[in-house]
Parts: sequence; structure tokens; C-alpha cells
Amino acid sequence: MLGNGLLKGLTETARNFFGSYVDKDRLTTIQYPEERAPRIEASRNFPFLVYDGTDPQAGLRCVSCLICEKECPPKCIFIEKSTDKKPDAVGKPQFYPTRFNIDVSVCMSCQICVEVCPFDAIKMDNDFEASATGRFSDLLWTKERLAKSNEYYHHIHPTEAADVDAVLAAARAKAAAPRPPAPSAPGGAPEK
Amino acid sequence: MTHLPLSQTIDQVFVLSKAAIMGHIPAPFQPIASAILSVAPVLVVFPLLFAITTVLERKGLGRMQNRYGPNRVGPFGFSQPIADGIKSLTKEDVIPRTADQVVHFLAPLLLVLAAFLAYAVLPIGRNMVIANLSAGVLFFFAIGSMVELAVFMAGWSSRSKYSLLGAMRAVAQMISYEIPLVLSTIVVIMATGTLSTVAIVDAQARYIGILPHWYVFTPWGFCGFILFMIAATAESNRSPFDLPEGESEIIAGYYIEYSGFKFALFFLGEYLGMFATSGLAITLFLGGWSAPLSSLTWIPSYLWFLLKLLAFIAAFIWVRGTFPRLRMDQLMAFAWKFMLPMTLLNIFDAAVWHLMPHNILRWLVCIALLAIPCLLLNLNLKQRKQLQIRTYRFAD
Repeated sequence: MLGNGLLKGLTETARNFFGSYVDKDRLTTIQYPEERAPRIEASRNFPFLVYDGTDPQAGLRCVSCLICEKECPPKCIFIEKSTDKKPDAVGKPQFYPTRFNIDVSVCMSCQICVEVCPFDAIKMDNDFEASATGRFSDLLWTKERLAKSNEYYHHIHPTEAADVDAVLAAARAKAAAPRPPAPSAPGGAPEK
Repeated sequence: MTHLPLSQTIDQVFVLSKAAIMGHIPAPFQPIASAILSVAPVLVVFPLLFAITTVLERKGLGRMQNRYGPNRVGPFGFSQPIADGIKSLTKEDVIPRTADQVVHFLAPLLLVLAAFLAYAVLPIGRNMVIANLSAGVLFFFAIGSMVELAVFMAGWSSRSKYSLLGAMRAVAQMISYEIPLVLSTIVVIMATGTLSTVAIVDAQARYIGILPHWYVFTPWGFCGFILFMIAATAESNRSPFDLPEGESEIIAGYYIEYSGFKFALFFLGEYLGMFATSGLAITLFLGGWSAPLSSLTWIPSYLWFLLKLLAFIAAFIWVRGTFPRLRMDQLMAFAWKFMLPMTLLNIFDAAVWHLMPHNILRWLVCIALLAIPCLLLNLNLKQRKQLQIRTYRFAD
């Protein structure tokens, strides 16, 4: 019949209109500040530095090898290497960053820093509430801001973090086992 | 004043209070005071209605799409128009460097002016009309065609291809639909024999038993009403005929180069135009301010007008939330191939109605005169409805 489709469309919208008042399941939107959707595991935005233990600065896995700084395509990472050494996640004495800055206004979220890091020290975050009022000062994230615990990493990327933990545990076991025969192992990046 | 019964006093409260105020004004100032007292309520009520409509529309559209709509500003988001108003007032008013400054400035003002002028002939309640012109309907359409001028001024003076495209579309559409709009009102003028809106409402404010004597309850009146509403939707650039705006193809059409309060004025003008054409539809077909049942006449006449207007606004929002936008050729084909023949047929139908004796046969003949062409069209469309198989000449 002429106009049948029009009537069908009108009943559909009318059903939506009244149904949305009766049936809350129809409403697909999430009222954001009050309600939150769970973060998607496979999502990423900006990098953060992982630390083990309780102290965010002493526990940083980063050994300031500067690979990420060199590989970063937009050159948004700035690292200042320490002069002394301290034991890293595996237990070997290593340098640590005295300054580690990421300019997130420049960062393009490419994840190359994560892929090149041999120490699993830098990972991608998915905390999207990163708005700031200062255009320059608030967007230069320092070591203090970037340091996030391994538990947080487990929380946002469970499967990936479990893999990393297994690799690190194997490296620790390897480092612990051959210590008596070869106490002064040759330097260089530990291989995984 | 004291002789009137209570319901009539409430009905005439605005008329009586105006008369009371006029009594205190010296004679030389009476014409201007009378004009101000008549015009001021229209200038207050309808922009307020516009503000309420914007939030109701956004909420209604939201619900039709299974979402909440604005619910942040004030209780249930009903202070949203205030926030929008402050926003549009404080925004920077950008004028393109190459724009024709004067015309660019005048276009939104002319649009709003034209929209407001149309209210002059709308009887909002019993004895409540700003100007009871003997050619009221003609005046309404004359003023309505000023909108096209304003729209084209806006599009041309902006010096932008989108503006100009939007304005060209708007002018083409509005002129095409103005013809069925005017022709669909002819049937009412044939029935009443007058162009005065007040006389048209008075002719309908009678009752047969308890049923009202509205023209929408006659075959030609019903058909005319439907045609008028379709043309009015196109005339006020509402969805599904919102090609001049066409957000997805020409961004905002003729008012793309407007910002700040001028942009808000375009919206105001558009909604006021929509209310005015709805008001005219109510006046012509739905008995204006008269009650739908003889037992409901105790409710004040202006409330009936407002209720009918709100029902029209709801219908406009419902249609906007349902139908997708037409293509330009579909729009034009619809105007010239369907609307225009149907309005002409409807005029013929109304003539048959008046010339035939007043009995049941008149109803049957008049309904058949309109229904048979519709059925034939239906059959024809059904026959042509097979989808053609797409052939690829070069892709294979």
C-alpha cells in the first residue's frame, strides 16, 4: 500500500521513543562520568614506565639504555642516564634514568618504544582521562608521572603482562642459576 | 465585564486586560499602545516556545534513537536553551572577508522579521488576532515568500560554494513547494468564501451534534491537510526535506558562514516559520482555537490553539526522527509529479463537494475521487517496483 513504509518507520521510532522510558536495556549510551565502560584490553594511547615492588622510582625496570629515545619517530622521549648503578629487575647492576620525560603532545602512540625495549620497562597505557589545563607544563610527563606499578599493568593488559612476567621470571632463574661458575658474566643487554 | 460567566472571562482574559490598559492611555497614543500590547506577547511567547522546542526536539530525537538526549544542564537538561543562548551570544561573530557585509548582516534579520510578521494574521484565541486582514491568508503567503529572499541573501552574500549551493537548493525547493502549499489552501477558501483567517476559524467553530465542523473531517479537507503539511514541512526546511541544510553533504547550507548569534537567529527564524505554518494549518483545517468537542468549550481558546500547536511540533519531531533526507531530484519530482496534481485534483474534489446535494452520496463520490487516483498510483508503483540488476560495463 502507498505509504506503508512511512507508517512502518513511524511505528518503529514511536516504539523506540516509548520503549526507552520503560526498558532501560534499550538505552545503549553510557552516562560517562557516572558510569564507565570497561577499558578495552587491546587499546593503547601513551606509554608508561613499569616498576616492580613498592617504590615507584627505585623499582623502575628502565636501565636507561636510550634505545627508545633513539627509536622514537617523533622524538618525544628525553632520558638522562645516571652515573651510578643499581640492581635492575633481574638483579644485575644497571644504570637507571635520573630523568625520563615524554612529551605526550608530541607522542603519536605508535608503540615503537614498547617494541624495542629489551627490559619490558615501557608499556602502553590506556588511561584516556589525560586532559590537562596547562598546554606545555602538563603535557610533559616526567618519570614520577610515568611510573606505574606492575599490578596496574596486569590490570590493564592481563594476558600481555602475564607473558612478560613469565619471561622475567625465566631470566631471573637463569641469572640466579649460573652464578657460581661464572660470577662476572659479560656485560650487555640480557637476552630473552 | 462582570456580566460574563467565569469560563468566558478566563477565555477573554487577555482581551479584557488589554481593553482595561487601553482605558488608561490617552487617545493620541492609543494606536501605538494597542499595537505594542498585541505584538509584545507574540514576541515573548513564540521565542520561548522555540527555546522549549529545541530541548524537547533534542530529547525526543534522542529517545527515538534509544539514547537520553541532553540531560546535564539543569533539571533533566531543561536549562539547555539557556546554556545554548549564552554560548551563541558570547561566540565570536565571524564574517568572511569577501562577504557582502551589509547583506550578510541583514539576511538573518529579514528571516526573523518575515517569520514574526506571519503571526500578525494568526488567530491565537477567540478575538485574539493582531490584525484581522480581509486578505489574511494571502498576506501570510506573501510574507512567507520573503523567507526565500532572506535565505538567498544569506547564501549569496557569504561567498561560499556551500552557502550558494544550499541557497540554490532552498530557493528551488521553497518555490516548488509554495505552489502546492497555496493550492492546498484554496479548498478552504472555496468553502468559506473568504481570505480572512478570523472568518475561516469562525466558520469552523460550530458543532454538528458534539462533533466539530472542522474542514479536516471532509474528504477534500483531509486530503488538503495532508498535502498542506507535506508542503509546509518542505517550506520550513524540516526533515525529510532538509536538503538546503544537508549536514552530511553541504555542511549547513546557506548559513554555513554564520556564527554566534546570527546563526541562532537563523534557527529562530526557521522554527518560528515552522510554528507559523503549523498555526496556519491549525487555522485552516483544524478549527483554529475551537475545541474538538462541544463539551470542551469551557477550556480557554488560546489553550486549544497552544495544544494543537504542541501536537504539530511533536509530529514534526517524530517525522524528523524517522525519515531520511530525500535526494534533490526525488524532492522536485515529488513536488511537481505528485503534490501539484493532487492539489489540483483536490480543488476539483472540493468543487464537486459544493455542487452535489448534501447527502451520503456526496461523501462517497468525493472520497472515491481522491482514493481511486491513489490506488492507481499504488498499482503503478508496485508494477515498477522490480529492482534492476546492476551491470558493470568496465569492472568485469
